[in-house]
Amino acid sequence: MSLSVDIATRLGALDLAVAFDAPEGVTALFGRSGAGKTSVVNAVAGLLHPDRGRVVLNGRVLLDRAKGLSVPVHRRRIGYVFQDARLFPHLRVRANLLYGAKDDARLGPICDLLGIAGLQERRPGALSGGEKARVAIGRALLSGPELLVMDEPLAALDQDRRQDILPYLERLRDEAGLPILYVSHAVEEIARLATTLVLIEEGRVLRSGPAAALLSAPDLAPVFGPRMAGAVLPGRIVAHHADGLTEVAVSAGRLFLPAVAGAGGQPLRIRIAAQDVMIALDRPERVSALNILPATVTALHQGQGPGVMVQLSAGEDLLLARVTRRSAEALGLVPGRACHVVLKSVAVAPGGVGQG
Amino acid sequence: MTTVWPGPEEWAAVLLSLKVAFWATLVSLPFGIGMALLLARGRFPGLGLLNVAVHLPLVLPPVVVGYLLLLALSPAAPLGSALASVGVVFAFRWTGAALAAAVMGFPLMVRAIRLAIEAVDPGLEQAAATLGASRLRVFATVTLPLALPGVLAGAVLAFAKAMGEFGATITFVSNIPGETRTLPSAIYAFLQQPGGDGAALRLVVVSVAVAVLAVLASEWLARRMMRRARG
Repeated sequence: MSLSVDIATRLGALDLAVAFDAPEGVTALFGRSGAGKTSVVNAVAGLLHPDRGRVVLNGRVLLDRAKGLSVPVHRRRIGYVFQDARLFPHLRVRANLLYGAKDDARLGPICDLLGIAGLQERRPGALSGGEKARVAIGRALLSGPELLVMDEPLAALDQDRRQDILPYLERLRDEAGLPILYVSHAVEEIARLATTLVLIEEGRVLRSGPAAALLSAPDLAPVFGPRMAGAVLPGRIVAHHADGLTEVAVSAGRLFLPAVAGAGGQPLRIRIAAQDVMIALDRPERVSALNILPATVTALHQGQGPGVMVQLSAGEDLLLARVTRRSAEALGLVPGRACHVVLKSVAVAPGGVGQG
Repeated sequence: MTTVWPGPEEWAAVLLSLKVAFWATLVSLPFGIGMALLLARGRFPGLGLLNVAVHLPLVLPPVVVGYLLLLALSPAAPLGSALASVGVVFAFRWTGAALAAAVMGFPLMVRAIRLAIEAVDPGLEQAAATLGASRLRVFATVTLPLALPGVLAGAVLAFAKAMGEFGATITFVSNIPGETRTLPSAIYAFLQQPGGDGAALRLVVVSVAVAVLAVLASEWLARRMMRRARG
């Protein structure tokens, strides 16, 4: 599958001109509020008519302004999960779910996937925010779309609810086999979900590419925010230990993390915030931090402030570390320099570990 | 003045009025919904003019509306004779009374429905479209059900207006007992007769009763539907 988008339009003060290709998996449009992300997905779904542009989904031309072609919204076969869910208030959950479905054959499996089987007879007004979001996702899935568009589906939820729903979205990504276009301005969400990233800034694509590469690019750290920047490390559960730690194999060695749910062999995506990573030239001894991995400095990026973003390769993967310029100079950190990265186990938040 | 129960002549007027109001409301309802949708969601030049035209019966003297209908639909007029040749006659018939009532009630009906349609979240209509629903299906399954309390209110208003319509009716179709003598026309006629005020008073009581029942019924239905729409 592939989605190819190239659109340009004027929206009030915003001059939107965005082009990108979305391969399989979750393609996340990331940027600040007002950057034009929602307008892009609205143009893809047909809810917004750009001045110029072309949208092609799986070889099917949905929009070609030059040829005056625009497939109407209801024929695009794009499921849309809105930020505010937009459930039909006059219909029960079951009728909402089946609104766009041909039959109810997939109702059971999708309700199980999203954990909403017990809600079917309820009215949308009687649902919590998290339940509404999951029903909206189920409703879009049941309409049999070729692409799922999600516009900040978790933005209206509090932190706990978000953590509840992220695993469902991961299952969706891994099990439903449906390409997803995901709009978000939350780094933790895209770190958990995205396979491809499109960074949007003031109506333009700043950079796009594989999520792992962009998240570990030191020069992009300011885009995610220095405190939010961090690489995502693929890993695999090895064992659960009696003291509450989970042992995880990564390409550079073993990590010990606070209990992660999942059986042995379960693939994980571990987000390691740059500010939680320490760099040591010698392997530290008698230190409380449990995770020490050999690494090599690959790139440095000097920002405005006193900090430096250091990209390191550890095994086959890339990590980001945020250190002060003073430390970087004192340690003589230059590309090629061998060192060790030190990571406190407790620094990895449960929300930062997702299914890979 | 001695008897409280209305006589056959008075009952005829009440039943005729109910029939006229029923048909006027029923037949104009689809047009009212269509016009309300057009005014609420349409975007084309001349929308303002159309809005004015729809509201005219509300502000014109009813006699003027009745006279215009007579000019257009009398058997002597081109439109009237054309309709008469296919068997549709309005002038001096109860159907004419229904038409006059429908025209006079139309702005009230359209206004109520339009407000209700405007109150429906366009985001829900968009959501329905992304789920594969055509415009017609979106309207039938989302817009109309959510606007139903307003549609109902519009229908009740139009019905009440039709029950009370007098000026346009008497000008267009006169005051023929059994054919076009509706409740208000009958009250008017009884008041012109010596000793007719007893009958007039009884009809006034019936009018009030019908009006109160209509308002109560609409309130009850509207509340039920509100509950349903809120989910």
